[in-house]
Amino acid sequence: MQLFVEQVINGIANGAIYGALALALVLIFRSTGVLNFAQGEMAMFSTFITWKLTTGGLPVWGAILISMGIAFIAGAAIERTLIRPFEGSNRSPLNVVIVSLGMFLAINSLAQLVFGTDPQRLPSPVPNRRLTILESSNGGINITYPTLMLIAVLIVECIALWWLLQRTKLGLKLRAVAADADSARLHGIKAGSMLMFGWALSAAIGALAGAMVASSRVGFDASLMQTIIVYAFAAAALGGFDSLWGAVLCGIFVGVANSLTVQYVNALDGIELVMPLALILIVLVVMPNGLFGKRTVERV
Amino acid sequence: MTTDQTGADLAPALGVEPLVVEDEAPRTAAAQTLFPPIPAVVTRTRIVIGVVLAAAALYAPWYYGPDINRVLSQAIYLAIAAMGLNLLTGFNGQVSIGHGAFFGIGAFTSAILIVDHGWTYEPTILVSAIFTGLFGLLVGLPALRVRGLYLALVTLGLAVLFPNVVQRFVKGVGGVALLRPPRSAFSSLIGGLADDQWAYYLSLVIMVVLYILAWNLVRGRVGRAMIAVRDQELAAATVGVPVARTKVVTFAISAAYAGVAGSLSVMIDRLADGTNPIIYFQRSIEFLVAMVIGGAATIMGPAVGALILVLLRRNTQNLIEGKEILAPAIYGASLIAIVFVLPEGVVGGVRRLLAALGRRSSAKGRPPTHPIPDDSHD
Amino acid sequence: MSLLEMESVAGGYGQVQVLHGIDLAVEQGHVAVVLGANGAGKTTTLRAISGMIHVQGDIRFNGTSIVGRSPEAVSRMGIAHVPQGRGTFTDLSVDDNMRIGAINRKDGEVESDLATWYDLFPRLGDRRRQQAGSMSGGEQQMLALARAMMARPKLLLLDEPSLGLAPLVTRELFARLGELNREQGLSVLVVEQNASLALSIGHWAYVLETGRIAVQNEAVKLQDDEAVRKAYLGF
Repeated sequence: MQLFVEQVINGIANGAIYGALALALVLIFRSTGVLNFAQGEMAMFSTFITWKLTTGGLPVWGAILISMGIAFIAGAAIERTLIRPFEGSNRSPLNVVIVSLGMFLAINSLAQLVFGTDPQRLPSPVPNRRLTILESSNGGINITYPTLMLIAVLIVECIALWWLLQRTKLGLKLRAVAADADSARLHGIKAGSMLMFGWALSAAIGALAGAMVASSRVGFDASLMQTIIVYAFAAAALGGFDSLWGAVLCGIFVGVANSLTVQYVNALDGIELVMPLALILIVLVVMPNGLFGKRTVERV
Repeated sequence: MTTDQTGADLAPALGVEPLVVEDEAPRTAAAQTLFPPIPAVVTRTRIVIGVVLAAAALYAPWYYGPDINRVLSQAIYLAIAAMGLNLLTGFNGQVSIGHGAFFGIGAFTSAILIVDHGWTYEPTILVSAIFTGLFGLLVGLPALRVRGLYLALVTLGLAVLFPNVVQRFVKGVGGVALLRPPRSAFSSLIGGLADDQWAYYLSLVIMVVLYILAWNLVRGRVGRAMIAVRDQELAAATVGVPVARTKVVTFAISAAYAGVAGSLSVMIDRLADGTNPIIYFQRSIEFLVAMVIGGAATIMGPAVGALILVLLRRNTQNLIEGKEILAPAIYGASLIAIVFVLPEGVVGGVRRLLAALGRRSSAKGRPPTHPIPDDSHD
Repeated sequence: MSLLEMESVAGGYGQVQVLHGIDLAVEQGHVAVVLGANGAGKTTTLRAISGMIHVQGDIRFNGTSIVGRSPEAVSRMGIAHVPQGRGTFTDLSVDDNMRIGAINRKDGEVESDLATWYDLFPRLGDRRRQQAGSMSGGEQQMLALARAMMARPKLLLLDEPSLGLAPLVTRELFARLGELNREQGLSVLVVEQNASLALSIGHWAYVLETGRIAVQNEAVKLQDDEAVRKAYLGF
């Protein structure tokens, strides 16, 4: 029983990562309509920057914050230079896919070039101790500080994002552009700036997620995000790509499901990746708009 | 932002005007943009270019050694797979990032038949085609329920799932999901032709046949149904186009193309490899890229794109001394650059160039190349 | 000097020319009506003013040339454009929609304006938290109007507000519009297919035909002119 609970908690921690990345994916998708395949690689690159800053003597949290700032600027720059030229009604959505795939390749190889191919260690922002809750004769349920941190970070992120989007003018502008860019322009909102902001925000969220993942592992290299991004996409798709909350909740769901699958389903030994994928397939076939997506009405 | 990106969004962007389904040969302005009236000088140029290319293609394996022939053959099977994707995504509007899986199914079908069951190679191509086609049917059915973006993700899932499945069930060399049929399985059936030359010509012939089939398909009733479903699915349904059947059949056909390509790859690369978890995802991307940079919803586009892709990949390998690691970066950057300069792909760009040249010598009154917003004719 | 002046405006979409030389003016405090059949260029005219398409010729607002400016810039100058189909932010709530209307205002009276408009359109007030896309066409049109007014514009551009609305709702809409014009001095340029209603609140009317002004006159005179009505407006 306690193993089960611990696996669930583990799953939630992993799910927090998937959810955070899914959040970034959905944010970009809702505000700019682009599926950013390079999201994971951008996060990985930021993580390397974070690491580099810590080797320079900065404390981990400081490094993370600065790295997020850099990611913010980089995200805006990428939108302006690489993505903007491909927006608009007479440009193929496929072209943007190619661009984001090109970015995937380029960023990955650039990271290896700049930072080397050796695995590096990102120190954990919190001490790696265990906390025992619910004492029992078997020893009780353990939860590690890093796990708590992951969950706490996700919660803070969600609250901050919610406040930004729902309670500020800036957030309203972003939501307006996401809902209807042309109409937003007619109301005096600079859609271009909002698109840059959407990308910037996503990049920063990615940087944070990357740091969280790396610090929870013994070492990391350029392949850090490659499997995680698949889970993140699964979470975003499950959530319907429409809903930020859906993305987070489904991220946690995917994390827990994965954790339990690894532990209890032996038939899938070594190919646990099947689970999130099968999940996407089943859910989307049964509920084509995802669990939280809005039904769109088609008019002839 | 609606997530319901149907194929209709692709049509204007692919450089074609949405097509109105008619019973007789299309005479609308829309159809003329799809198959525009060609000035005589352009037709002549095209024929000359075509002859030159054909001659080059036929002579190449004599001029080049086995290494280059292999590269060219890779371009050929890539061209076949890209055409398959083109039928589904370019002409029918269903976005798939999963054709690598069909490719893999085709490859492993052939490999398993040769290695485990002692088949000769050539018949396995047909079996692969049929088998993958059936799989395509199987995927195409639930795909009916899933739209645009989600279909892309679902198919992506398939491409990532496939190597995992293969790893579980196929035990080849050293116990991993890798099959290496012996060289003798692919020996040339024509005396006087070396093995690599035979491989090249066989692939070339198959590619030409499949391309002609595709061309016929697109120009005929089925093709117009495909395009109608892409552009205005609901409207197409109301004029009696069998939407579901069209979509599923297109899926099956396009999967079969990818399967044939996979089967050919076993001959050309002499292996079927499922050990890398993202290999078939990468293949899917290759097909997509080849289609887009060549020119989606065109006939020559996928072939042009495949050639460019293969050459690009080969030539970025050693561009910067000692910095081979940069190769993917340069490759990725090149892709972005191509798509930036030629948003309609190479063929699309060439068409526009020819149309511009043709416009100088003929009267005005061409249909617009940019889509006109629906409610704006006021 | 008129509030808005269009001079020899020509343009369209890519290779398709829709406007072939429009000369039009809207006076301060007036309702100008643009009528015409489908395809005549009515919507394109409004889009030209808003900067949504490139045009030749000149467009002046309060004497300043605005041709070539982006839609965001034109909006900030005090022109509110309610497009065909209303431009409702369907995913957002009614309240969010209203606040977007006022997004560029720097004064402190946004809240009181909100209250005023919710009073004037009680159905909006009732549905404040509701998703805008779930409202009926008429309610969305009211929302579009109120949202545009939240910007305290100097000129309101309306594109076929009656489209898709029931006759009763349309009548109410135009009644409101007339009120706003009379009581607040709002200047309006309204494009309409429903000629009689539009003319009833209008001061000056233009009839567009294939991208040119075919007829223009005082609205009342146009209403009484049977020949013109039959030829261009179909009634």
